Amino acid sequence: MENLTYRHKAKTRAPGDKPLALVGVVASGNLEVLVERVLPDTDCEVAIATTAKGFGDVWAAVVSDFVERRSPGGLRLSINDGGARPDTVALRLSQAVRSLEEGR
Amino acid sequence: MSDLTPGGTSESGRGGVSWYEASARQRVRLLLDAGSFTEFVGPEQRETSPHLQVFDLPEQFDDGMVVGAGTLGGGAVLVAAQEGRFMGGAFGEVHGAKLTGLLRAARDLTSTPVLILFDTGGVRLQEANAGELAIAEIMRAVVEARHAGVTVLGLVGGRSGCFGGGGLIAGCCSALAVSEQGRIGVSGPEVIETNRGVEEFDSKDRPLVWRTTGGKHRRLIGGADAFADDTVDAFRACALDLLRTTGPLTLDTLRNEQARLRERLDRFGACADARDVWAKRGVDDAGAVPGLPADDFIALAGRVAEPSHDAR
Repeated sequence: MENLTYRHKAKTRAPGDKPLALVGVVASGNLEVLVERVLPDTDCEVAIATTAKGFGDVWAAVVSDFVERRSPGGLRLSINDGGARPDTVALRLSQAVRSLEEGR
Repeated sequence: MSDLTPGGTSESGRGGVSWYEASARQRVRLLLDAGSFTEFVGPEQRETSPHLQVFDLPEQFDDGMVVGAGTLGGGAVLVAAQEGRFMGGAFGEVHGAKLTGLLRAARDLTSTPVLILFDTGGVRLQEANAGELAIAEIMRAVVEARHAGVTVLGLVGGRSGCFGGGGLIAGCCSALAVSEQGRIGVSGPEVIETNRGVEEFDSKDRPLVWRTTGGKHRRLIGGADAFADDTVDAFRACALDLLRTTGPLTLDTLRNEQARLRERLDRFGACADARDVWAKRGVDDAGAVPGLPADDFIALAGRVAEPSHDAR
């Protein structure tokens, strides 16, 4: 396993009122993302535990692209990864942030 | 923790959602009355497996088990759901402890039914001893809860079926609802073939596997009390119906069950194939059973299925 953590400044607070959400599942080629609204509105943290070692550069690129696109201010995203491809990771990150917006 | 959304699919809609395709969280949310679910020991508490790290394997924040309370048709229920896509829904230490705790709470409450949404291949091999202990603790907790007056329903229709220790726990439940995809057993097809040879059971023969371990066979021999089409609504209807009709656990329940099992063995023990059992059971065209649509099959089962005497 490899543990990676990335901290970014976000332009705006992530929309929605929910305090947390969970998307995805830990399986081969898949991942789960637990998103919690626990940080100051300008901060974002992505903590990853992955089975695929040595892909730190790819994770860094996917995470910074995500922060740029979704501006997830105030969020801590915790990932358990079963070796998902970068496109799957990007979709799950977006899904996690959107889940905080959805009403019941 | 009603904030936790399911993974994978859209939030909207309910009735027609496939049970087989749904995640554990989605099944719980759509099965219970809308918005009624409160999770215990949710993923944000990060009660993950203490063993998987040793094997350099990834953890899941809920260890593949969702437990909590809600309402079904207005009545309070406790519910547990296994995530069959995480390690085949297998029982590990934390995964099992969450279900044990829920069942003990039910025992102490004495009147709140428990729904167990099985989706498991059995014990998680990496946590062998802890997993086996968990199975034993859960079986005891099921029986204690039933003895205290609690109805414990098992719903089986997930991709991992209900095998190994999960099959044993299912056998301890007050009643079971199963879909065609919801296979129930202890040893899976590959295990039987490995141990007894291909002549005993050919695990590559999919029609054979499905008609032996699948939900239709379980329903026809009385191992499952209700058959559900593969939708959340169908399982919800089955659960409501079984909660209404399932009786308490008494000494007579066990005596009736023992008599039923002896009679089943006497009558069908020599059958080489599930189709032979169905034919003896009174099904006119046993070969057509696997292809029957759910509604037709439910009608057929209503005519010929063995009474379950409230036990497996």
